Amino acid sequence: MRFADARTLISLCGAVLLSFTAACGGGSSSHSSTGGGSGSNTQAIVVNSGPDNNYANGAFITVTVCAPGTSNCQNISGVLVDTGSFGLRILSSALGSLNSALPQQKSASGAPAIECAQFVSSVLWGPVKTADVGMAGEKASSVPIQVIDASVAPIPAACKAIGPAEEDLASLGANGILGIGFFISDCGGACTTGSGNPGFYYACGGSSCQVMAEKTTQQVQNPVALFPQNNNGLVVQLPAVSAGAPTVSGSLIFGIGTQSNNALGSAQIFAPDNNGNLKTVFKGTTYEGFLDSGSNAYFFLDSRATGMPDCPSPESGFYCPSSPVSLTATNNSGSGSSATSTINFTIANANQLFSSSADFVFPTLGGPNPNTFDWGLPFFFGRSVFVAFEAPAGSGPYWAY
Amino acid sequence: MRKFGTWIVFLTPVLVLLWASPGFATLGEDASSIQADQVHLNASVRVVATQFYSVHEMNTPTGTTIRQYVSPAGQVFAVSWQGFSPDLRQLLGAHFDEYMAAASQTAHRGRGVHIETGDLVFDSGGHMRYVVGRAFLRSKLPSGVSRDEIR
Repeated sequence: MRFADARTLISLCGAVLLSFTAACGGGSSSHSSTGGGSGSNTQAIVVNSGPDNNYANGAFITVTVCAPGTSNCQNISGVLVDTGSFGLRILSSALGSLNSALPQQKSASGAPAIECAQFVSSVLWGPVKTADVGMAGEKASSVPIQVIDASVAPIPAACKAIGPAEEDLASLGANGILGIGFFISDCGGACTTGSGNPGFYYACGGSSCQVMAEKTTQQVQNPVALFPQNNNGLVVQLPAVSAGAPTVSGSLIFGIGTQSNNALGSAQIFAPDNNGNLKTVFKGTTYEGFLDSGSNAYFFLDSRATGMPDCPSPESGFYCPSSPVSLTATNNSGSGSSATSTINFTIANANQLFSSSADFVFPTLGGPNPNTFDWGLPFFFGRSVFVAFEAPAGSGPYWAY
Repeated sequence: MRKFGTWIVFLTPVLVLLWASPGFATLGEDASSIQADQVHLNASVRVVATQFYSVHEMNTPTGTTIRQYVSPAGQVFAVSWQGFSPDLRQLLGAHFDEYMAAASQTAHRGRGVHIETGDLVFDSGGHMRYVVGRAFLRSKLPSGVSRDEIR
């Protein structure tokens, strides 16, 4: 993900907003029957500049983290809502004193389990710990989460060979990441073996870390899939946005077809292929695509395929057409169903968008990503996007909208 | 679709490769660096020749596919990858630091990098468990080769 780093940042009012409360799980425990999006299975999302006051198109949420089985809890705000990853990760600085109360996961030989969480062009390094994780009226017990804390052990060379480690608020732009894509564990079967292990999990004795096999249930988990109810998936619901804005509000609704506010209705089901992608057709060519609330723009193709120039440095990760460009693409299911939908979207000049210093919500922000369609947060505006989890929690994996 | 030639050769990994220098190289290096990569990555290799270059395709034990594009002069002018993230230090060689600088500057959540400022063109994207990327050197692209062929 990229962000608008060229802007002058007015700091202060954000910082780390940690409100201390004993209300573990926060919110009502009653069940809504009104379908108005305000029931106990609904947690508010805000799209704004985030806790470091510089994030473009970041969807943030508050997560309650507790020492397992206790009322020792903290509400962590400014956690990025990310359908493109799996599992909860929180900065140690945001956890504060709660960090030491969270049990450290150990390897079979008793060494601390420390994770190199691999994102596309960065890594997060830090211990796997256990916590109760709550949102709205839901709470998952004893969930393996990652505490982002590069101080626990030196980052192994193989981990650093993937990309820079984001270790703090300044580099992450968020107090954490809530990975709620359709998989339940972050690495999956590949990390359960000795050979062919991509190296997410390390057993660290002192400063010496070795890749270790990690059972899928021990891996950092999508906490929503571990809720006692409304755990088969979720809905990301954001309003339509017609122009740049400082902030918009939406909802993360837990469950699919479990309450009156999360019925699939007429939404079409897009199942992923083996790589976790659907198919996107643009000008007659089929590309891999995916729906990712954690990407802050439409990232697709390149200037040659789209005719839109990259922005000048340092914003070369975005498109800068001279005037807004209207585009059409078609999403098809990656496997199984015959779902198809046409998407009309517009890309505007990112530098011009960023020139409005008050705005951090951009429905027309786009950037290059050759041969791929990353349907980032702007895609979610004006839609209810369903994410159905894989078994055993849900009947996915699929997206629906 | 790329215009592949008609012949395909399967290179049988031979023991001597295990003794190849474990040089950290590839992009911009000569083709012998691929052998070092193959050993380092414990990968099998398939070579596909086209009119203008050959593609050395590796599949690593993690299921990651890596393609290295070799010019007639024997130089690696492009690499691409898909799957779990590969060892980019190994693949990018001398250009790794450019990638790291760009990723540190613009990546705010690790969802991709686009570099197209100097000789190096670099792109990555995707999501957790599945990363797609490519890198090439503009000055080393053989004539007649489109960047669209590198994927």
